[in-house]
Amino acid sequence: MSETTENINHPVAEEKEYTTLNLGPTHPATHGIFQNVLKLDGEKVMHAESTLGYIHRAFEKIAEHRPYNQITPLTDRLNYCSSPLNNMGWHMTVEKLIKVKLPKRVEYMRVIVMELSRIADHIICNSIIGVDTGALTPYFYVFEWREFIYEIFEEMCGARLTTNIGRVGGFERNWNEKVWQKLDHFAKEFHKCLTEFENLLKRNRIFMDRTIGVGPIAGDRALEYGFTGPNLRAAGVDYDVRVMNPYSSYEDFDFIIPLGTNGDTYDRFMVREQEMWESYSIIKQAMGKIDRKENLFHAEVPEFYLPPKEDVYNKMEALIYHFKIVMGETDVPVGEVYHSIEAGNGELGFYLISDGGRQPYRLHFRRPCFIYYQAYPEMIKGGMLSDAILTMSSMNVIAGELDA
Amino acid sequence: MTTEENIKSLHDTVLAKLKENFSDAIVSSDVEYDFPVFILKREHIYDILKFLKEDAELNFHFLTSMCGLHYPDQKGKEFGVMYQLHNMPKNFRIRIKTFLPGNDLHIPTVTSLWATANWMERQEFDFFGIIFKGHPNLKRILNLDNATFHPMRKEFPLEDGTREDKNDSMFGR
Repeated sequence: MSETTENINHPVAEEKEYTTLNLGPTHPATHGIFQNVLKLDGEKVMHAESTLGYIHRAFEKIAEHRPYNQITPLTDRLNYCSSPLNNMGWHMTVEKLIKVKLPKRVEYMRVIVMELSRIADHIICNSIIGVDTGALTPYFYVFEWREFIYEIFEEMCGARLTTNIGRVGGFERNWNEKVWQKLDHFAKEFHKCLTEFENLLKRNRIFMDRTIGVGPIAGDRALEYGFTGPNLRAAGVDYDVRVMNPYSSYEDFDFIIPLGTNGDTYDRFMVREQEMWESYSIIKQAMGKIDRKENLFHAEVPEFYLPPKEDVYNKMEALIYHFKIVMGETDVPVGEVYHSIEAGNGELGFYLISDGGRQPYRLHFRRPCFIYYQAYPEMIKGGMLSDAILTMSSMNVIAGELDA
Repeated sequence: MTTEENIKSLHDTVLAKLKENFSDAIVSSDVEYDFPVFILKREHIYDILKFLKEDAELNFHFLTSMCGLHYPDQKGKEFGVMYQLHNMPKNFRIRIKTFLPGNDLHIPTVTSLWATANWMERQEFDFFGIIFKGHPNLKRILNLDNATFHPMRKEFPLEDGTREDKNDSMFGR
């Protein structure tokens, strides 16, 4: 008898052969362009290898050829679920370089924008975990509010997803009456929907069975892998940039840092859930601190902040500054600066080297997704294929940030 | 909150420790905004990073970020690598830099110290062609595997100069 006919009579398991499966690049369950080459033993993941770069757009290279204010749209496209956070991080990096101190009112406005977008980011991640466990309804409930947050952004800056919100030195315009109405509505009503969302999932037997103990990572291993943000805090390490190195007057607010213990999918879900409550409270605190009638929305930095158009036509200084900014003749200090913020996924850092020219000499983005996604093969090893999908959505890997 | 004096004293502490153990490896040191910066010789870079990670007092246990640098005009040290370390309990942050000559882009890997350095080093290999000796899987990560270029080098043009479908002459370019 030849070898081939013998093999037919033996089950695959006895041959110790693994099935190779391409999960992605475009798989509906991965919510983005991710490719993982899996080696499966039945339904068990034995080995995984990630392939990156499907939407690599060379932002670090492009940034070396753009003036500072034109880099903001590039940062929009990093973590596109919370663009305003990235925008603010970039503005603050440049402000640190040119040593500008912002008025308190502008910093509180920024805090509101940043916490709104953190909520929008966590809404996506948490509701998608629900979808991947088979609970589609909660997703629709909270997406109404994500849409509402985008309407607030639209009212502030005119854009929804890739916002390009704010300028170096502050905001492009003051918030109008409609923004405040919408914010009031949000502050008054959002908690009802969030409570409802939590009630649907938090103690749901199916949801708990699908998520507890799935894709765990220990705290010390997470630190070795460079985890930051909710994923690290779910593993029990209390590192939050807002507390450790406060920026934009976060020290004025009262909030707690939620922590998990096991670093599994359920903990990541719960940490994000609790963070939404904290962000909600920060927004309400900040709204109470701002004088709504005041017309102060940027720092006095005429060399960097474009003057209003009517002044450009009627005032000599404004015309000069306008010309200097647009033609890139403003003196930028030579130096190197690193600034990091707590973005939706963790520590988003900007390492900027300036040689005094109109563009950065070198700009490096510390993208939290790119850094912690490399732990993914280790986290799903030995688990089921369907758990691998859940682990990925609970890590909140965003393709734009991963590939930059 | 970290103040200017804290950063200065952190700089002095780390510098004293480095002088004690690696006196011949220090090229220069300075404080840039809120970071103490140390420029070191590459021969000792692995030993120094290991020391900084394992020293009980300094305990830089977290590798925040790493990136490559390219200064084509600096003769003999055209390329560089930057590491940013963080001691979370005490909130110490420092930056280490080292420079390499353009004809010998070898530097020891730190993947054995931090698992996170794996992809960071692959990215800088991809972008600059810096070779991390001892890396377990040093291949391109964001660009094509068969690419023949290292795009973040300064001489690499942003756009392909041979393209004919784009006409920018109206914009004075």
